[in-house]
Amino acid sequence: MITHPRTEELAEAVAGWIEQIRPSLDPRNAFLARVAANAMATIGRELTQGPAAEARAVELMKGLLGHEAGFMELNSELCARIRAGDLTVETPGLLAALQVMASDQIAIDQPRYRHEGSAA
Amino acid sequence: MNSGVTTVDVLAALPRLAERLGGAGARLADAERLSGGASMETWAFAIEGAAGREDLILRRRSAPFDPESARSVSLATEAALIRATGANGALVPTVRHVCDEADGLGEAYVMARVEGETLGRKIVGDPRFDAVRGKLARQCGEVLIPIHATAPPANVQLKVSDAAGELDRYEEVYRGSGAERPILELAFQYLRRQLPSPVEPVLLHGDFRNGNIMFDPERGVVAILDWELSHIGDPAEDLGWICTNSWRFGRPDRPVGGFGDYADLLAGYQAAGGRPIELSRVRFWQMLGSLRWGVMCLMMYRSWSDGVERSVERPMIGRRVSETEADLVVLLEQGL
Repeated sequence: MITHPRTEELAEAVAGWIEQIRPSLDPRNAFLARVAANAMATIGRELTQGPAAEARAVELMKGLLGHEAGFMELNSELCARIRAGDLTVETPGLLAALQVMASDQIAIDQPRYRHEGSAA
Repeated sequence: MNSGVTTVDVLAALPRLAERLGGAGARLADAERLSGGASMETWAFAIEGAAGREDLILRRRSAPFDPESARSVSLATEAALIRATGANGALVPTVRHVCDEADGLGEAYVMARVEGETLGRKIVGDPRFDAVRGKLARQCGEVLIPIHATAPPANVQLKVSDAAGELDRYEEVYRGSGAERPILELAFQYLRRQLPSPVEPVLLHGDFRNGNIMFDPERGVVAILDWELSHIGDPAEDLGWICTNSWRFGRPDRPVGGFGDYADLLAGYQAAGGRPIELSRVRFWQMLGSLRWGVMCLMMYRSWSDGVERSVERPMIGRRVSETEADLVVLLEQGL
């Protein structure tokens, strides 16, 4: 492995180039180019913020489910237990944990999204 | 039925259509594809003929896949619904022509162009709408009445669905997607325990939200567009969908479309002759709306991963599931 250029820097460079050529495109492709630039930005954020978000999700799910496991396994089990009705909105700590996980994910996917309950 | 539709050369077909609609000698004056929907194309064009200039809109199906294909109606049905609701006083554009094979445009229809703004972000934030913005939520309640009071035309087949039916449908799609999302699971579980009491079903627009409504800076609502998700169901469904936060365009503090308050929406609906609707019932459908949009985003992603529609737009819409989760987790905390 190498130290530089970092992967997120490659994503940033591609996004920059897309922005540069965007004005020369027809409306449909200009729209898709903006989507593509946004995708590169999402990749950049996932590279820098994703590992910490996943580690935090694992810790929270371990707390809810009471045992150790990897992210995928814990996530599947959490879904199954909610589906079965073992965990509900009344379960202590469930909504608080889900709120942290949702907030970490939206910070990667759409950091400017103003979710329900945000102030004016 | 949709295969091959995408290969249609619209610009080549429009001059023929211009002559058909405008009479001999009529010619196509302008034609421009407007940016917009992922599965629908909208074209603005004009005809110049003996009777003068006529500004029109062509709406046609362009994508072979539609995330709501189990629900969406044909464009011919859409045109029939616009005509029927328009005859009952609904604010809709005039349908000028429903395309047939002779037009070579695939599934499409033509309507008169209405002047106004449909971009949700503009309605919510553009100073041009500052003066009228405070009246829009009430108007949105009022303009639903002639729609909900229209008897569905006899020649169209519409799906009938209630809250439990909607949850079943979206849960089936979610399970089929293979995604495992704890917040969506909890939303399904919670909403199933909060099902509203049965109500007499009515004709719904089915996609009544900021973005599908044309507004004028002085008059407010001028036309209700995009009828492809019309069906029969709980009137509160149409009121709840316009309150879903994904359609508030960055103003979560204004629950109706990012421009108004619940009380005005409900008051407008009732004042125009609608049956009183409890706020908790609207909030139920609003929350189901977030869940519905989350599942639709997953389907958009699936259409890409299955190779049906390879546009970069599709997997990026798939990343919007987390916006619905961020909304749902707050709604689950607040309750209805």
